[in-house]
Amino acid sequence: MIKQCAQKVYIGLIFIFMYAPIVTLMVLSFNNSRTRAKWGGFTGKWYAELFSNRSIMQALYNTLLIAVVSAVAATLIGTVATLSISAMRRRSRAVFMSVTNIPMLNAEIVTGISLMLLFITLRVKFGLGTILLSHITFNIPYVILSVMPRMKRLNPSVYEAALDLGASRVQAFFRVVFPDLLPGILSGFLMAFTMSLDDFIITHFTKGPGVDTLSTKIYTEVRKGIKPEMYALSTLIFVTVLILLILVNYTPKSKEKQSSGQNGGSL
Amino acid sequence: MHKGTNKKPAETPGIVYFNQTLMTAPYLVWALAFIIIPLLMIFYYGLTDKTGAFTLENVIAITTAQHSKALWLALLLSLISTALCLLLAYPLAMILAKRSVSQQSFIVLIFILPMWMNFLLRTLAWQTLLEKTGVINSVLTFLHLPTLNIINTPAAIILGMVYNFLPFMVLPLYNSLTKIDPNVVNAAYDLGANGTQTFLRVIFPLSIPGVISGITMVFVPALTTFVISNLLGGSKILLIGNVIEQEFTQASNWNLGSGLSIVLMIFIILNMVLTGIFDKNGEGTAL
Amino acid sequence: MKKHLVSTLFSKSAGLILSAALLAGLLGGCGSDGASAGAEGANGSGASADADGGEVIVYNWGEYIDPDVLDMFEEETGITVIYDEFETNEIMYPRVEAGASKYDVICPSDYMIQKMIDNDLLQELNFDHIPNAKANIGQQYWEQSEQFDPGNKYSVPYCWGTVGILYNKTMVDDVVDSWSILWDEKYADNILMQDSVRDAFMVALRLNGSSMNTLDPDELAAARDLLIEQKPLVQAYVIDQVRDKMIGNEAALGVIYSGEAIYTQRENPDLEYVIPKEGTNVWIDSWVVPKNAPNLENAEKFIDYMCRPDIALLNFEYITYSTPNEAARELIEDEDIKNSPIAFPDLSQYSLETFTYLGDEGDELYNEMWKEVKSE
Repeated sequence: MIKQCAQKVYIGLIFIFMYAPIVTLMVLSFNNSRTRAKWGGFTGKWYAELFSNRSIMQALYNTLLIAVVSAVAATLIGTVATLSISAMRRRSRAVFMSVTNIPMLNAEIVTGISLMLLFITLRVKFGLGTILLSHITFNIPYVILSVMPRMKRLNPSVYEAALDLGASRVQAFFRVVFPDLLPGILSGFLMAFTMSLDDFIITHFTKGPGVDTLSTKIYTEVRKGIKPEMYALSTLIFVTVLILLILVNYTPKSKEKQSSGQNGGSL
Repeated sequence: MHKGTNKKPAETPGIVYFNQTLMTAPYLVWALAFIIIPLLMIFYYGLTDKTGAFTLENVIAITTAQHSKALWLALLLSLISTALCLLLAYPLAMILAKRSVSQQSFIVLIFILPMWMNFLLRTLAWQTLLEKTGVINSVLTFLHLPTLNIINTPAAIILGMVYNFLPFMVLPLYNSLTKIDPNVVNAAYDLGANGTQTFLRVIFPLSIPGVISGITMVFVPALTTFVISNLLGGSKILLIGNVIEQEFTQASNWNLGSGLSIVLMIFIILNMVLTGIFDKNGEGTAL
Repeated sequence: MKKHLVSTLFSKSAGLILSAALLAGLLGGCGSDGASAGAEGANGSGASADADGGEVIVYNWGEYIDPDVLDMFEEETGITVIYDEFETNEIMYPRVEAGASKYDVICPSDYMIQKMIDNDLLQELNFDHIPNAKANIGQQYWEQSEQFDPGNKYSVPYCWGTVGILYNKTMVDDVVDSWSILWDEKYADNILMQDSVRDAFMVALRLNGSSMNTLDPDELAAARDLLIEQKPLVQAYVIDQVRDKMIGNEAALGVIYSGEAIYTQRENPDLEYVIPKEGTNVWIDSWVVPKNAPNLENAEKFIDYMCRPDIALLNFEYITYSTPNEAARELIEDEDIKNSPIAFPDLSQYSLETFTYLGDEGDELYNEMWKEVKSE
């Protein structure tokens, strides 16, 4: 009983630790003062102004565009790469996997700088394109690493059976193998999407004039004080994700899992 | 069930679904162009001077007083935060692993959801919380308690690191703990081991892959960060990440910046070797 | 790096995948709506002129222009503004020098303009195309600019000001008139210093009675030692965060640009700005056009627009940095501000200097010494 209690208290403390800054940001989004240093009363005006703030909307658009495009591209390249890597001999597979690990294990600052040096040497114009190339680069490993385990779990005889039954290789692949890989591919896509969304350091080194993502915009604003509209936007994104999570995760399961109420309650 | 069949295909080449060359080419080209060549560029810049002549000066520069101090400080702070993360995360992962129901959504709630708030904003929010006249101190003053003065000190940087990287420790630990067969633990009890013994002799050794992978996941970003030290350290504390960032963005001495990056990479290679030892499948993941 | 985190969740929970996909769709939809709406707003006005108007790529300090002014410019000229921001001169310079990013108009400070002229990065302006500049900018600012731009060939002043001490009257009892108060142990952990090489050294050099453009190693070493001595008393090295921290009563004393002083005083009346008696830096931020500017004509139009009195006034009211535009100053309605000793000080009573470019070696010397201070 005491142990149960202690456990709950511990989880509660970690929860507070993780959420204290988030609550702070949410509160600041209702602050009727341009500076975070002063409480100027309650207001909802930043939420209205947010949508007329061109540069923030543009940054949001860039962020999402980069996340979607780089995740799609990385998923394509990564999935094809996984197919080829899994067919390799052990030695070459090990080489490929270590190369794949480099962007994940390397410091982000080193990855960012190395790409910046490359683009400068090749005289590539910095802009949306360079950010995209960089994001695809660091996203591919996430896709490979999430498709690979699925690949290993495949039963080769099913594919062979399909061929024996007269399916072409393409048919057999897309009808039999692909559906099994799909969950891995999807999760790889989502990992890539999230990583791209959250990235600051690599974007910081590879961005060009006038192209800001939310992260780089916030970093510029740090010096002058974050605009309250930015807090409002973050709050909106956060609440949207929260609601979606609750809808998707709790609705179908609410009958079988009463205990999920506990977590909901701790909100 | 899969485990037995899993190992074998890892040893031998798998099925070739389509033309192998055609399938390998895109990633091969991509990896060469955007992973290998950029790394070589860092080595090129790091090992030459402004005129392009070979020199080791930029790498040796790490031994100057300012740089080695920044490196030691970064090592110290990242080691402390890694240890703190491990201490905080292990009990949490154990509690979560024991609860059979809905820990999934709980983990999402506690660790994933915050990631949708930009990480710079979250770190910045700690400024508002920790400042002398910040939220925490206002509450403490109200309660007539002594105030907390850690903003702009190494302690605040450690707090920021633990806050940002804790999830990377919890999840591998949680993964490896849930993989432990409950029968093994029960067997230990049946054979007369007490709780502590079972933990030390059975649970902990079995969770080591998770521990190692958690440590590497926290240590590298903590060692190389320049954002957290800037935001929470009041720019008073120079870590190696800050030095490198400034060489590139402000002093525009790319050779020196690259040279110092090479030094950083040594630690990262160490890290890869360490991960490799505990990762025999060569998959680069402890999943 | 975060593979465990995400893969654990995504690979196990189909529900989450679905929700995230939904979210992506939803956000994507809303984001593009917002952005396209924004873009329409931008083009809507100049939609017809858009094709012939072309674009102008502006690289300016963060929060250094009234955003409405950009909209107005687009509306009136049909030129699309691509706007980018930098935090310090030192961050801006390598980006322009590398040439990977091309800009049409940049707004660096005095000594950086000199460096760019020296390194042949700027082009001479044709003032016939920028009539508002000579007409409205006060003579004294052109003279001041001669220090870094001899003959006024390359730059058009945009903002100017001094660097001084902002202090909180409720927290400081002493008379604040000297940089030396920043070394007073009474205010330990209550002092905010500038986190930029030249400004930080300026304070120490002037306190020692040296020139802030000195290259004398002994004078610099003395200044460095002074800064190292000060470091334990400093709460944080900051650039523009001085503003928020002083408003929030986080610190008693801060080194700040005069332009920020008006804004902070408005938010917190306990604050007071002084120019120390040892003298300080008078700085000018000016518009320049780089050699490789792709849209020269539009760059000239943009600079000319910024010099229009009504536009300069809008900018002054938004960013509160002193304007060199005499015609705009005449338009200020609030007499207190028009004659404010902070915004428009009588410079003759102070010992003032403007930063000059010290050459690559000079820069390196300063950077090296600053690193010694910061890593102490």
